[in-house]
Amino acid sequence: MDSGNGTGRFFRTESGAGLALISPTAIYALLMLAAPLGAILLYSVFKDGYLEIIREFTLANYIEAWTNELYRQVMIRSLFVSLSVTVVTVLLAFPVAYFVSFHVAPSRKSLWLFLITIPFWTSYLIRVFLWKVILGYNGVVNSGLLWTGIIDEPLQWINYNVGAVVTTLAHAYAPFAILPIFVALEKIDRSLLEAGQDLGESKFRTFLRVTLPLAMPGVVASVLIVFIPTIGDYVTPQLIGGPEGRMVANLIQLQILKLDNYPLGSAIAVSAMAIVTAISLLFLLMTRRYLKGPK
Amino acid sequence: MFKGGWFKLYALVYLTFLYAPIILLPLFAFNDATVIAFPLSGFTTHWFTEMLADPTLKQAVKNSLIIAVSSAVIATTLGIFASRASTRYEFPAKGGIMGLIMLPLVLPEIIVAVSLLVVLLGLGVNLSILTVILGHVLICTPFTIAILSSAFQSLDKSLEEAAYDLGETPASTFRLIILPLVMPGIISSLLISFTISLDEFIIAFFLAGTEPTLPVYIFSQFRFPSAVPVIMALGTILVCLSILLLTIAEIFRRRGIAKSGGKDTGGFL
Repeated sequence: MDSGNGTGRFFRTESGAGLALISPTAIYALLMLAAPLGAILLYSVFKDGYLEIIREFTLANYIEAWTNELYRQVMIRSLFVSLSVTVVTVLLAFPVAYFVSFHVAPSRKSLWLFLITIPFWTSYLIRVFLWKVILGYNGVVNSGLLWTGIIDEPLQWINYNVGAVVTTLAHAYAPFAILPIFVALEKIDRSLLEAGQDLGESKFRTFLRVTLPLAMPGVVASVLIVFIPTIGDYVTPQLIGGPEGRMVANLIQLQILKLDNYPLGSAIAVSAMAIVTAISLLFLLMTRRYLKGPK
Repeated sequence: MFKGGWFKLYALVYLTFLYAPIILLPLFAFNDATVIAFPLSGFTTHWFTEMLADPTLKQAVKNSLIIAVSSAVIATTLGIFASRASTRYEFPAKGGIMGLIMLPLVLPEIIVAVSLLVVLLGLGVNLSILTVILGHVLICTPFTIAILSSAFQSLDKSLEEAAYDLGETPASTFRLIILPLVMPGIISSLLISFTISLDEFIIAFFLAGTEPTLPVYIFSQFRFPSAVPVIMALGTILVCLSILLLTIAEIFRRRGIAKSGGKDTGGFL
């Protein structure tokens, strides 16, 4: 690609060479990602006929997706779960990122990051299933508490509910939250912190007024990188959530694979993405003042 | 330092939370009981022998390996193009193009799965191993770019210019100078994509048709409580395998950064 076969002067210019070189990947993304995303947008305004899709414009799918009580409940629950997971994950992750960035010797930082990322890469399905084992009726938590005599009978409220889904997802997305915060903390010029303390600020006040604002780009990145994918998680609500814990991905799967209603499934998917995008943009707007400034 | 001590304690507790499920896995894989619960009842390797005897599992493993190897090779190739282009050249709409390519990193996988399914069925394509590869390449490519960009980024441009001055063509420069320097990054990216593809469930669930991959098989087995101990045995092997692959990938990633003279800034993501 970048060998310049002499067919065009354009490919020898900086932008020509760059575009030529990126074109295989870009074309793949256009065909396999942009076009399919366009397609579900299109399907979402088609009519669902029996065994076929009628190519006529309609907003009925969206009206159904937004007014049907069941769908609305699932959507609200999904948002609630993703927001809780995001808050829990980012709050728990921040001190870990802070510890690795500020208290670990530089030579050992990679080792810590490696240890943090390993569980993330190991069989997602089996990890989720094991949370069921941990939180289940006869699970690790219950048998542990029974054995120590803290409780007399197994706790019911820790399994098959929204709380169990939040715990499992917070576990699954932990590295995603730690790494962006870590990168932001690493970029902070340590002399700024010394300056803060030299000027008479306490350690805690220095943290609040110097470290935290400078770490905000990382916090914002981890919020988004946790919030956006969690809303579409299928496995955790399916295995852990029980009937009361189903989320939007389960609904999409039901419409598309079980009921063969592609237009409604697409409309639900598009609606979910629209809501997530709107919330993300709002969040970016709210945190805008932290994201500006010198790089 | 006292303050650092508290942070360290917290970080260790956090690591325990991260590793809790993985530590439990071998306990149940070797436990002589069909119910996955405490107390443990005794040691057995029965679940491992039962696992090896399952023909459906063998087929699923074979499908998964074909998919993972193909996805890793294709995604890494596409990743090389994109990361070389984005680190070396300035071109119009760079941000937009890179944004689109990196989008699967944040896009929920179910959206990728559903949209691909709709298009493929619309075009009349039969679902098979091939369609799963199409989807997996899409989600692996952003990860390969993340790894390869840091390899290409730390490349010294003067090495390349020296090669041109000595009469090499751009193609031979790429082969003789650049490729060897980024090779550790390429190996690391192949291993990561392989691991991602091997573990990916939802896209395979939508696009595999009648040819289940390993995660699709595992998911189907969760419905049968009696099949679960075998899955625990399988999971133990998978976890060991992915830790091994990741360790190799990490070694190569670090070696690559050291080789091209860059500074190690952290993990894979």
